[in-house]
Amino acid sequence: MSAGIQAWGVYLPYWRLQRAAIGATLGGPSGRGTRAVASYDEDTTTMGVEAARRALAALDGAPVDDLYFSTPAPAYLDKTNATAIHAALELPEWAGAYDLLGSVRSAVGALRSAQAQATADGVRTLAVVSDLRTGLAGGPEERDSGDGAVGFVFGPDDEGTPVAAELVAHAATSSEFLDRWRTPGDPDSRVWEERFGQEVYVPLVESAATEAFKRAGVVAADVDHLVLSGLHNRAVQAVGRSLGTRPEATVSDRTPVLGNLGAAQAGLLLADALEHAAPGDLIAVVVVADGADALVFRATDALPAVREARAARGAVTVEDSAAGGRDDLPYARFLTWRGELRREPPRRPDPERPGAPATWRVTPWKSAFVASDCRACGFRHLPPSRVCLRCRTIDEMDPVRMADAVGRVATFTVDHLAFSPSPPVVGAVVDFDGGGRYRCEMTDVDPDRLGIGTRVEMAFRILSVAKGINNYFWKARPVVGAEAPDGTGDGHDDGGAAT
Amino acid sequence: MTSNGIRDRVAIVGMGCTPFGERWDKGVDDLLLDAAKDAIGSAGVTLDDIDAFWLGTMASGVSGVALSKPLKIDYKPVSRLENFCATGSEAFRNACYAVASGAYDLAMAIGVEKLKDSGFSGLTGVRPVGDGTDAALSSPAAFSFVAPAYAHRYGVDPEEMKQVMSRIAWKNHRNGAVNPRAQFRKEVPLETITKSPLVAGDLGVFDCSGVSDGSAAAILCRAEDAHRYTDHPLFVKALSFVAGPGGGASDPDYDYTTFPEVVRSAEDAYRQAGITDPRAQLAMAEVHDCFTPTELVLMEDLGFSERGLAWKDVLAGVFDRDGELPINPDGGLKSFGHPIGASGLRMLFECWLQLRGEAPPERQIATVAEGRSLGLTHNLGGAPGECVSFVSVVGPERS
Repeated sequence: MSAGIQAWGVYLPYWRLQRAAIGATLGGPSGRGTRAVASYDEDTTTMGVEAARRALAALDGAPVDDLYFSTPAPAYLDKTNATAIHAALELPEWAGAYDLLGSVRSAVGALRSAQAQATADGVRTLAVVSDLRTGLAGGPEERDSGDGAVGFVFGPDDEGTPVAAELVAHAATSSEFLDRWRTPGDPDSRVWEERFGQEVYVPLVESAATEAFKRAGVVAADVDHLVLSGLHNRAVQAVGRSLGTRPEATVSDRTPVLGNLGAAQAGLLLADALEHAAPGDLIAVVVVADGADALVFRATDALPAVREARAARGAVTVEDSAAGGRDDLPYARFLTWRGELRREPPRRPDPERPGAPATWRVTPWKSAFVASDCRACGFRHLPPSRVCLRCRTIDEMDPVRMADAVGRVATFTVDHLAFSPSPPVVGAVVDFDGGGRYRCEMTDVDPDRLGIGTRVEMAFRILSVAKGINNYFWKARPVVGAEAPDGTGDGHDDGGAAT
Repeated sequence: MTSNGIRDRVAIVGMGCTPFGERWDKGVDDLLLDAAKDAIGSAGVTLDDIDAFWLGTMASGVSGVALSKPLKIDYKPVSRLENFCATGSEAFRNACYAVASGAYDLAMAIGVEKLKDSGFSGLTGVRPVGDGTDAALSSPAAFSFVAPAYAHRYGVDPEEMKQVMSRIAWKNHRNGAVNPRAQFRKEVPLETITKSPLVAGDLGVFDCSGVSDGSAAAILCRAEDAHRYTDHPLFVKALSFVAGPGGGASDPDYDYTTFPEVVRSAEDAYRQAGITDPRAQLAMAEVHDCFTPTELVLMEDLGFSERGLAWKDVLAGVFDRDGELPINPDGGLKSFGHPIGASGLRMLFECWLQLRGEAPPERQIATVAEGRSLGLTHNLGGAPGECVSFVSVVGPERS
């Protein structure tokens, strides 16, 4: 049997923008529903890290050989973005890390590359797809798209980590035509008249799907879960009717709540399908982008056990991720985050850029939040220290990864003076379960619902941007559902520091 | 730790202090020259008589040339020091040791800072190239952890805590209002302070010290030579300086209700000066009230109040200018202003005026007439859990 999907992870940002808020601000018709919005301190790399963490958290810590990262909206050019994810996950130095950038379709390339290499070399690989969809204010791109990331672990079937779904067949068609395009650096894509794209796309998709079904030895009606993904909505709707699949097989696309996640959309719906499929089910993934890709997966007998193991490890389902979050993001703040609204900065110095050598020297700490434990007395140091704060023993430290640790807020403050693209900065002192204290910034947090004792976890974020450098580091965020319920928080009774 | 002290071996024989504030009209060089001129005039000496110089500045100049050039110092030793907000005190301390050692007869300690030229709000710092992992928290935010922690530990109602903080700001503004050198020379109603816009945590604008320009200087000699220069010298009774291991932010046992560095430096200084009951023995103290909760906690760390009771002492007026132990009678960092490198020497300048009876009658403290003669200055630099602390004790009598 070829290698297949061993694990998956989906990251959807905390924030949702109500489409009605766009119309309310700009005038004009009010849309319905919401879209997922990456926060001011997120980009495709940080969202990719979160998705990959979720995927790997569902597995034992066996190493991943190679990492393929795909996004149409890369944080950097020239410099590899996958290496930031590689570092955050503490993948072994010998693991390759590759970007497939620029187009929505490259996401399929990442999945196929990871799958092919896992099959060929009998190793475990990771594909991460992330997208942050932008568009001009008031336009359909802004309104109908969403931000998010997915990660899939591919590997050979074995007892410890069974394959949950195997790839049965794949077929593609490619075509050069102007459906949508974007000049690097522009916030918005341009699109040709939709009916033109529909006319060109439908036969391309039918051709790829038909060939894939043929190679899989199935017919369209056999498909139990049809994942249809593409930014050309008319074409996607049309092929949904013309492929010959059963109508009930089409996986709901979640766009009313999340918007279309672009490159990550197919992965989101594939993960959704994996969370609902029965053993033996056929899952067809059809991606409509500059041609078409059709991938046919079959759920294995191990799928229910894989899901159970995921649940036991606290994995969040697509359902829960989509339902979570906060949907009262003001449209003006959304525009500010996306750089569409230039706001007066505070009268504070711009953040300084971190030094490349200084950053490199502390890579485990900065990228993977690795602290140090004193071998002599056990005291935990964040940041890692060569001299023990408690017993003063020198250079007797063991590294300890804290990125996945959970803790509680010991005290916190709301800082109206510090520089931030989205003031105020919330700072917290966090005491981690099992030891260790760290003072850091918080994110995805409502200070009015924060209290002493609030449970927090760590998130990989952009601390600052200076001179073209995205200064990635870790912030604390409330564990989903852990914010104090009513604006008083247990901390206020406890003498909390909220203002 | 051995800290022998140099009690009564060094004397201050002249001091100068510029007005603090938004000194748009004066550059760093002007401020230095003004403070130096005042100090040598007060000691009745010329620059030529000074053998060595210690310049304290955090970021307004580097190297001894920052002083030797504006003063046109003729080929003499000039050291430039930096030690966070204790920079001015550090210049003073090092100059004291140089004189006590016998290496020099007459030394100048001078501090300066020009903060307003940056055009920014609040403090700005110059840091070495970093790894980018420090949280972007401002100084007020770092200190804002103190008030709720204190209130929590000692069961002070949040509303009452806010009143305590406001009372401290109110007192320091009241003191500064009658001080012609202070940056803010207006009394501020309690309600205005309490309702001022929040900067960080519970700290409002009026809970934060002034950002200012200014300079202050002292002329030092060996104690036995003091009367060559003045009939009313101040003798150095104690000097203590400590830097902590800086682990507060990663130590789960640290609860933000005390500055251990201050406790240690106070113990050291009291031992050197032979002080056993600071609240009763000191005539006054100038302490580092960078933020109002800082002054509150300092009252306990410096031994002026029992643990957990300083807030009651504050509300009872114990530390008012006419109280049992006047704290920051010159207005403190809060209303005199806080040009980093100058602040430590500015504190000594107030001791210089008050303990020698030179403060104008409208703001002369009563404790001196009551027979108390010792003054304390205290500087804190850094943030809770990661700081340096300086304590000095000075007095007009030599035992």
